[in-house]
Amino acid sequence: MNEILKIISKDTIEEYVKDGKRTDGRGLLDYRNIELKQGVIKSADGSAWIKLGDTEVIVGTKFVVGTPYPDSPDEGSMSLNLELSGIASPDFETGPPSIASIEYGRVVDRVIRSAECMDFKSFCLVPGEKVLMLFIDCYPINAAGNLIDAAEIAAVAALLDTKFPKIDENNNIIQGEYVGKLEVNKIPISITFEKIAGKLIVDPNDKEEYASDTRFTLGIHKDSILACQKSKAGSFTEDEINYMIDVATSKYSVLEKVISDANDNKES
Amino acid sequence: MSGENIRGDGRKNNELRPISIKLGVVKSADGSCYLEWGKNTVLATVHGPRPIFPKHMADSEKAVVNYRYRMASFSVPERKSPVPAKRDKEISLVSGFALESSIYTEKFPNTVIDVDTIIFSSNAGTRAAALTAATLACADAGLPMKGLISAVAAGRANGDIILDLTKDEEDADDAVDTACAVLMPQKEIVLLQMDGFVEKEDWKKMISAAMSGAEKIYELQKKVLLDKYPLEGEINE
Repeated sequence: MNEILKIISKDTIEEYVKDGKRTDGRGLLDYRNIELKQGVIKSADGSAWIKLGDTEVIVGTKFVVGTPYPDSPDEGSMSLNLELSGIASPDFETGPPSIASIEYGRVVDRVIRSAECMDFKSFCLVPGEKVLMLFIDCYPINAAGNLIDAAEIAAVAALLDTKFPKIDENNNIIQGEYVGKLEVNKIPISITFEKIAGKLIVDPNDKEEYASDTRFTLGIHKDSILACQKSKAGSFTEDEINYMIDVATSKYSVLEKVISDANDNKES
Repeated sequence: MSGENIRGDGRKNNELRPISIKLGVVKSADGSCYLEWGKNTVLATVHGPRPIFPKHMADSEKAVVNYRYRMASFSVPERKSPVPAKRDKEISLVSGFALESSIYTEKFPNTVIDVDTIIFSSNAGTRAAALTAATLACADAGLPMKGLISAVAAGRANGDIILDLTKDEEDADDAVDTACAVLMPQKEIVLLQMDGFVEKEDWKKMISAAMSGAEKIYELQKKVLLDKYPLEGEINE
């Protein structure tokens, strides 16, 4: 977005939020429209595409054979990456991963990892020698705000779509052949808040992100907290944190349903 | 949080590990602080405000706070590569935001304040230790500040809600670790990071435990500053 437009819209956004409104007509705690579809990338082991307002992200998963970590010789692992490439926004530069892409990726990784929604022991091929490592790669294709939550929802949908690879007698993956599905036993959700003019909103668009002083992301499963990240300069009071915890847990079932509905529709 | 239960190292649930602090340990820096916190040792230095290079990194409205969190290769049991990992970069980013909120950066447009922290030995809670030292190094450098950053971790291990986890406690099966940095005396939360799996009401108790822990850290920090820079009369908060 053009610099001067950002500055002009910041003032307008602050005025609206002070009155409990938003420039796109939403309430402070309303989400934009969400479209979610699994199985969009045939070459991946699992995939999903999300459109959250104008923000779009594609996530694909791939199993790779690797060696286990010394402290967990009978367990495989997961690794999540998020790449902010020049495709998604004129503000992103091509090149080595930016600090923002590292932070976003690590926050989404922590939410999913803390949910312990996969059995890493089932990823073991030869204890101490060979395990499956699951790579979850997130590619934003249009950055229009709230990439963290969009990537998180799409990543979980991609996991639910992931098929388990067929393994040959030498414990290598036979590409393109599968034996059943990856078991995902929980659906973790992330909910990101921005603080504008002293008020808290969810699902910020890109103009609201620019207008915001402070960000807070919570990873949620039902009434439990999985992860959190406070980012940007600025601060929250303890009361504001407690308020966001209550709002986030109350939003869990709505967002969980978005994912499970997309998953059910694919199977029918 | 009960103050009664005794932990592996003999502490009560709401008790901090021993902390000792020394200011002005690096002569070439504008400000510095060496801090020992249990088995953590950390050195923090401040250089600046000074000209920023490359110039396009400058902010015409305020100083850029360039915070670096690094772990020495020998700070952990198995040697760590000295190349900063994603974790180091992420901690540097959010800690920099936290520290920035305590400094009147708008007084120094088009400059950079470089804040470097190195963990020489680590035993859980290093990002809190680094920030606690860094804010003192900023004060030692004479930067104009709104307050101090008082940081500490709180969480859960072996069923108890506890303050200031050790590595052993962080490795417990039910461990929850919440790193918290607070701008004091305003009591504003400027860093909050956590992973675990915890019922929300329990987590609120951990945040509250971290807030009381931060007040204890703040008292220590004030004492260290007043020892080196004594004031006449009453402190006005």
